[in-house]
Amino acid sequence: MYVVACIKQVPDTTQVQIDPVTNTLVREGIPFIVNPYDTHALEESLRLRDRFGVRVAALSMGPPNAEATLRKACSLGVDDAILLSDRVFGGADTLATSRVLSAAITNLAKKDEIGIVFCGKQTIDGDTAQVGPGIATRLGYAQLTLVDRIEDLDLDKKTIRVRRKLEGRYEIVEAPLPVMITVVRELNRPRYPTVPMRLAAQKANIEVWNNETLKLNEQEIGLKGSPTWVSKIFSPERDKGEIIGDGTNDPTGTAALLVDKLLDKDLLTL
Amino acid sequence: MTSTQMIFIPLFLISGFFFLWSCQQRFKLVLLGESDDRTDQFSARLAGMFRYAFFQKRVVQRPYGLNHFLLFWSFLVLMLANGEFLLHGLFPALHYGKLPAPLFHGLLLAFDLVSVLVLLCVVLAFTRRLFFPPDYLDGAYSTARSGEAFLILGMITLLMVAFFGMNGAELTLGELPKEWMPISGAVGAMMSGWSESTLNATSGFFWWLHALVLLAFMNFLPRSKHMHILTAIPNCFFRSLETPVLPSREIFEEGSRYGAQQVDQLSWKDLFDSYSCTECGRCQDVCPAHNTGKPLNPRQVVHDVKVNLLRNGERLDAGKSVEQPLIGDTGEGSVSEEALWACTTCGACLNVCPVLIEHPGKMLKMRRHLVQMEARFPEELLNLFENMEQRSNPWGIAPSERTKWCTQLDAKPFVAGETEYLFFVGCAGAFDTRNKHVTVALSMIMDAAGVSWGILGKDELCCGDSLRRLGNEYIFDQLAQKNVDLFKEKGVTKIVTQCPHCFTTLKNDYRQYGLEVEVLHHSELVADLIKNGRLVLKNKVQEKILFHDSCYLGRHNDTYTAPREVLQAANGTAPAEFERHGSDSFCCGAGGGRMWMEEDAGSRINQARVKEALESAPETICVSCPYCMTMIEDGLKDEAATSVRVKDIAEVVAEQL
Ligand code: SF4
Ligand code: SF4
Repeated sequence: MYVVACIKQVPDTTQVQIDPVTNTLVREGIPFIVNPYDTHALEESLRLRDRFGVRVAALSMGPPNAEATLRKACSLGVDDAILLSDRVFGGADTLATSRVLSAAITNLAKKDEIGIVFCGKQTIDGDTAQVGPGIATRLGYAQLTLVDRIEDLDLDKKTIRVRRKLEGRYEIVEAPLPVMITVVRELNRPRYPTVPMRLAAQKANIEVWNNETLKLNEQEIGLKGSPTWVSKIFSPERDKGEIIGDGTNDPTGTAALLVDKLLDKDLLTL
Repeated sequence: MTSTQMIFIPLFLISGFFFLWSCQQRFKLVLLGESDDRTDQFSARLAGMFRYAFFQKRVVQRPYGLNHFLLFWSFLVLMLANGEFLLHGLFPALHYGKLPAPLFHGLLLAFDLVSVLVLLCVVLAFTRRLFFPPDYLDGAYSTARSGEAFLILGMITLLMVAFFGMNGAELTLGELPKEWMPISGAVGAMMSGWSESTLNATSGFFWWLHALVLLAFMNFLPRSKHMHILTAIPNCFFRSLETPVLPSREIFEEGSRYGAQQVDQLSWKDLFDSYSCTECGRCQDVCPAHNTGKPLNPRQVVHDVKVNLLRNGERLDAGKSVEQPLIGDTGEGSVSEEALWACTTCGACLNVCPVLIEHPGKMLKMRRHLVQMEARFPEELLNLFENMEQRSNPWGIAPSERTKWCTQLDAKPFVAGETEYLFFVGCAGAFDTRNKHVTVALSMIMDAAGVSWGILGKDELCCGDSLRRLGNEYIFDQLAQKNVDLFKEKGVTKIVTQCPHCFTTLKNDYRQYGLEVEVLHHSELVADLIKNGRLVLKNKVQEKILFHDSCYLGRHNDTYTAPREVLQAANGTAPAEFERHGSDSFCCGAGGGRMWMEEDAGSRINQARVKEALESAPETICVSCPYCMTMIEDGLKDEAATSVRVKDIAEVVAEQL
């Protein structure tokens, strides 16, 4: 059985700045990293492999240099690393992306049945949180989003029970396999690669699947298949902050002041 | 052949064989260790051997050390006596009586006096162990009072008693010249009325006592902590000649292994070290981790290596798997992971060990194994490692923010030919809010003195010190390589740092990457500027300053005077000293990557240091290191000593501009 981890190479957004004149992201010289949420998706896949002996495949759609992301996955020990790369995949929005990923998962299913598809809850560059659910919809899988704990996995009965972390509450839900799960950071602590694994990963075989492999209709993928158009990116104006009270000399009074303000703005319920 | 000979010769042969066999069994295990060339600079090694082994430089630094020094030299003199004793037993015709009379008499006198000296020393040693054990030999450490120690002392006593008994009887029989053996003569006087046969029997009895104890002593040596009698002298010869002792550079190739998981993955010298430990406890006495209740005791680490080697050596030699792991919680013979992570690499143990054992290097090899082969380390380090790898600084701040500290200052980029010094700001200097003040202070000083300097800005990468000390050599290697390439590309020839960790890494560790440039710690540069008259200070204010030596500036790089000179010039008086200062300084607790780890076990190292500081009621504690700055400031907060300030030496100087 395959457990699939969808991972994306993203610019290290802590280092991205917005050009105040053109309002576009300054991406020049910004290093790429594995989308942080995806590292937890990858880790959970590997943990299930360690526990249940399933096979882990890492999938990533991106330009040829996204290979680095898959090498990183190899250094952590995935069994298959597949790069979905083709010019016609470029410029895709979340819909077109989920079509490509779904097709790839279907293609992978020819080798072995798919049990779980893990995705990070969202990427730090687009922040849409749509691709995971998009995959589930395309493939007709159950979707469990915002998971922070796997409660139980029963491979005989083919069911999984997880805990979802929602605002102010948790939800325990069960679903039949195959299932698509998006994960939050609390789910686990990603492992660190050993040096021998890093060195082996540099030589690992990374399969590249292009549209000849996936045979998707070019009108449905890439820029052409993307109904979303970005018209403008800008950083919102931020209201000036305010220093309240005198924290150094009167911490108690200042704290009280803060509580009052929060209550005023209805940001705190007592 | 006499009857004595008939018994003694086979006995001697058997015990001689047994002794050599024991030595061979033990020393062949040393060869299981990895290679490490310790044969260069012969004369320097020889000189060190005399200084440390024969003149016992570090032994005599402690009160009872003199006792050991006397025993050691007496031992050497008595080797001559015992050599003759054995030879005479084997070939009765051979003895010192055949030597020219003055020499013979001189030897007799020396043996007689030295023997009584030994007896006195042994009595002192007995007394000390029984009644005045040093306070650092705590409950966990009982070797000095163990049966083994008393057995050895007992044997030495018996040897001396036998020596006097035998000589007393022989003197009375008129076989030796009385006037050259005053002590034996006095013993002989007690036997004056005895018959010849009684005297012969007495002499024979003591001869045999002496012979048997001597052979037993010889055979006991390689099986006890007194093995150091055989190994300490060569161990001093094979010591590391570099300061600081650098870890080896690892080459990352597929199929290689990194660090040490098993005892045979340590170097032969590491193993020989373990045979040389005298279990004196000096290292544990000065170890900040041990002193604050951490599960690390450097003496125990060395001992565990020895026990592990003796336990697994034969199996490893035969290519079998080990019986006991080197790293683990399996008691004596294993070093726990907690102990390994507790080391601050402060070098205090290295600095006091009388036989020049290298403790931190062994632990570093084990850390390297854990990090690189098993990816096992305290979880706080995961962030550090990833931040270093992704953003080349410990906090994971965007590299573009490296220049934020100089927004109000005119810091030029380094350009060869236009700027003389590269100011390697360092991560703390560039990102740490408190430490940025030090960076600014040093910039102001350099500007005031007309020093031409430039920075690398966002292209500077972390020097990698913490990574290297933590055993993450793989990422260290990447940073070091990139930094060195950048220095070379930019044509850097002189570097100044404001952090002892950057300083030592650039100056020493980067030599392994082919960097041969002048690297200065800011204390050295500022001291020079003051001496040359380029920096004129106004001495506006004076404060009561206490100076704290940073391990990596002081012990690891022998720089003790520069920061003191700077403070003397800036403050008008020499700074006050901690009780433990200079090479005896006590770590702040942040070295060796400990800066980035929790300190859960025991009490806090920085608090111990701050308490020591507060004893002398300073107004200001002066540091020369960003980590010390953080640790001491935190310690002062914990001690609620808010009126005491912490300043870097650069800040003290900048205030006087
Ligand atoms: S280097 Fe310092 S902390 Fe480490 S064992 Fe030696 S004395 Fe203890
Ligand atoms: S390692 Fe050195 S200082 Fe420590 S107990 Fe052994 S001989 Fe003494």
